[in-house]
Amino acid sequence: MEIPYTVTARPDTGLWNAKVGIWLFLASEVMLFGGLFSAYVFLRLDALPGHWPHGLLNVPVGTMNTAILIASSVTVVMAWASLKMRRFNAYWWYMLVTILCGLIFLGVKLAYEWPEKFVHFGARIKTEALEKYEPYLGNKHLLAKGRERRIEITGHLHNHEALHDPNIHEYEIALDKVNAEPTNPESDRPHFWPVHATDKIAHIDKKDVEFAGMFLPNFSTYFATYFTITGLHGLHVLGGVLVFIYLWLPVGANLYKRNPEHLANRVEVAGLFWHFVDLVWIFVFPLFYLL
Amino acid sequence: MDASSGLATDPHPSHPPSPGSGAAGDPHHHDAGHDHHELPFWRKYIISTDHKVIGIQYGITGLFFLLFGFMLMMLMRWQLAYPGQELPLIGNALGRLFGPGSMPDGKMTPEFYNSLGAMHGTIMIFLGIVPIAFAAFGNFVVPLQIGAPDMTFPKINMASYQAFFVGGVVMLISFFVPGGAAKGGWTSYTPLAVISDKGPTYDPFWNGQTLWLVGFILLITSSLLGAVNFIATIIQLRAKGMTWMRLPFFVWAQFVTAFLLLLAFPPLESAVVMQLMDRIAGTSFFMPSGLVVNGAPVNISGGGSPLLWQHLFWFLGHPEVYVLILPGMGIVAEIIANNTRKPLWGYKSLVFAALVLGFLSFIVWAHHMWLTGMGNVVSAFFQTTTMIISIPSVIILSAFFISLWGGSIRFNVPMLFATAFLPMFGIGGLTGIPLAFNSADLYLHDTYYVIAHFHYIVAPGTIFAVFAGIYFWFPKATGRMMNEFWGKVHFWPSLICMNVIFLPMFLQGMLGMHRRWYDGGQGWTLSGEKVWGLSGFEWNTPISIAAWVMGLAQIPFIINFFWSMKHGKKVGANPWEATTLEWTAPSPPPHGNFATTPVVYRGPYEYSLPGRETDFTMQSEPMRESDRKAYEAAAAVHH
Repeated sequence: MEIPYTVTARPDTGLWNAKVGIWLFLASEVMLFGGLFSAYVFLRLDALPGHWPHGLLNVPVGTMNTAILIASSVTVVMAWASLKMRRFNAYWWYMLVTILCGLIFLGVKLAYEWPEKFVHFGARIKTEALEKYEPYLGNKHLLAKGRERRIEITGHLHNHEALHDPNIHEYEIALDKVNAEPTNPESDRPHFWPVHATDKIAHIDKKDVEFAGMFLPNFSTYFATYFTITGLHGLHVLGGVLVFIYLWLPVGANLYKRNPEHLANRVEVAGLFWHFVDLVWIFVFPLFYLL
Repeated sequence: MDASSGLATDPHPSHPPSPGSGAAGDPHHHDAGHDHHELPFWRKYIISTDHKVIGIQYGITGLFFLLFGFMLMMLMRWQLAYPGQELPLIGNALGRLFGPGSMPDGKMTPEFYNSLGAMHGTIMIFLGIVPIAFAAFGNFVVPLQIGAPDMTFPKINMASYQAFFVGGVVMLISFFVPGGAAKGGWTSYTPLAVISDKGPTYDPFWNGQTLWLVGFILLITSSLLGAVNFIATIIQLRAKGMTWMRLPFFVWAQFVTAFLLLLAFPPLESAVVMQLMDRIAGTSFFMPSGLVVNGAPVNISGGGSPLLWQHLFWFLGHPEVYVLILPGMGIVAEIIANNTRKPLWGYKSLVFAALVLGFLSFIVWAHHMWLTGMGNVVSAFFQTTTMIISIPSVIILSAFFISLWGGSIRFNVPMLFATAFLPMFGIGGLTGIPLAFNSADLYLHDTYYVIAHFHYIVAPGTIFAVFAGIYFWFPKATGRMMNEFWGKVHFWPSLICMNVIFLPMFLQGMLGMHRRWYDGGQGWTLSGEKVWGLSGFEWNTPISIAAWVMGLAQIPFIINFFWSMKHGKKVGANPWEATTLEWTAPSPPPHGNFATTPVVYRGPYEYSLPGRETDFTMQSEPMRESDRKAYEAAAAVHH
């Protein structure tokens, strides 16, 4: 028994099966990420003043990753076009570049961007204690300029055991520049280039703290959405890369020898998925890095 | 039948077949042209890619879960009628089976009652009705009705069933982990669902609520794979001549349902992932600031929104209602046309009503949330859309009723269930209208009235349609009829019990009885008010007895089902003298379905076509001069 229209298009719809399938799948993916993005909107609108952070992510690195992903979307089209022109060698190279782009993107995410958060510490100060930490927060300065007040002190935690040990009553941290020099006009807006922690040490009394922790998903709704959306997006990148590797391995070459059009169709379908993954990132990047 | 001889394969007998005539004969005959070889048992029945086998797998698994979910409810009905009393005979054994904290000394604990309630809803909807009404009937019937050899993606189809099966197993396992299955209701409202099943006596992963979420991810994956397959199949694999307006209404219903599953389930998946993050990674997606549990502030960042869960849940939850009912309507349409022996009234209206229904179902979800204080403007919007969505529902129901008009109806078992569907669905639909108005809902919300309303739609509605479908397509799947007498023994008590169960619930609800009470309203003073001689609480007893009798009434069905597989009356290709394509294939159809791809010449319900020898003219039957005249005459009447 043969299923018709696996390689050639059905005359009246003009489509072959997998193409219909992938577009339907992508429609459902739009709804999946739509649900997550609507959570982003909901939580951001609901966030109390000062609870939605800005400028915590590394914009240059994010920009680079964006460029890499867009480049890979171009190369996957080139790979497909090469197959259509029956130039298998060119296909092989373009596909290799696509795979490498995907892997670099994932590598940057997993080896650099995420771990950087895990070692960053923040303490959200109770409203009644904000006055006490004015030297680190600079809220008078901000108020005079009509800006949102700060409620968080961030930096590198020196006494990690303070996170779990109830007998330790304060956090000792090397401050981020924004808290080391809160009235410096440079700190008013997020920086494009990442700013490293300073040598300035601060002690924060635990009883003044509403919530403290490393920049993990549980630190704030911002990080919760950031890790969930980039994590799910990362899984999609991984899935795409695995499919590309499968098509790039000798399996692809064998299929090409039997039926080059079938391989071209498979690359087209995988490529459509890849463009969607790229598109999601085009939304993720401004929402989390820039806005 | 001179004209039909032009077909390459003539599955029609030369005389009108009667049930059991066996005229289409040897099913192996059609295999001859195929490269056919016997597959080992596990390839043929366990990991098969054949749409018919997958449909049957879905059906059997779904029926098992339907029975299991019903049994959970029968247990709850004991507690509601006789709160705090020991369950006789099986109480102690159940206590041992479900572990400490479930039924010590045969008496149900509140936690166990909550688990039963949450899992009854979850299992009935996501593991019972959707798998049967959509996946089982859809898989088995749709490719046959459109003249396709199989689904477009047979392997994905198999993966869909496997994901569903594992999801179901995960849900079952959750009963036996420390603390028992999920307790937060089938809606799993946050923050309750996030903080429940947590603490020193619970495992961080192997606990009821977390397994509920994991099971859901698998079920959503399964429905996604199924939905893509259904839509692609209907678009791509229709036989020659099977234009969109010649599709049987059942196919249309499945087509719209598949779109609902495709687009409505993913937002719930995102919500499930977020709730999983809240439980496992300690995030605060749905956890508000300043939450205090058991007198102590919870150590979370806060800032989340419980309302967000409700929006995402009901964004699925409402289209889901139509996922439950549309396949049922499709089944009923086929059976009504077949047994009234005349074309379905208003085919085009039915199709467009189903499409409009599908579209509107995406913009009514917040009518489940009147009590959350969303605000007047939002409420007014959703109240309006909810009023509008009743129009296509009424069009469909009216078309079915009008179809009965003037027909010489054959009341066989499928038709009994299909006819009963109409008033039952009608009651369920009409009682929904007070709930659609936010002022009336303030009073009725979360009472037994709501339970009665939606059970009238899914229980004597969809489940009756499911039974109708099983009796109707059983001969196609097995080549044998189910027993007619025992079918009636199944039908009549079921119909009576359904109404004895659910009608009094409207009364209880209007008295103000809350749907989640553990003691059945015994401790509530106002339930002492008598309606028709019984107080709200006392009404629990007849309801519960009817529920148990209905359980007994399913025994004839179960026996009939399995007995008929081996010993039922043998039948040919078309025992019901129906018109759609599945009845041209042998019963049961071989792998690949049709020896040659059928060609379609006419619409799906050409019953009692003037000038024909038989009162049914199949879709694959070529046009004759007499047909053209008949169609022209009919068109002249209409214009």
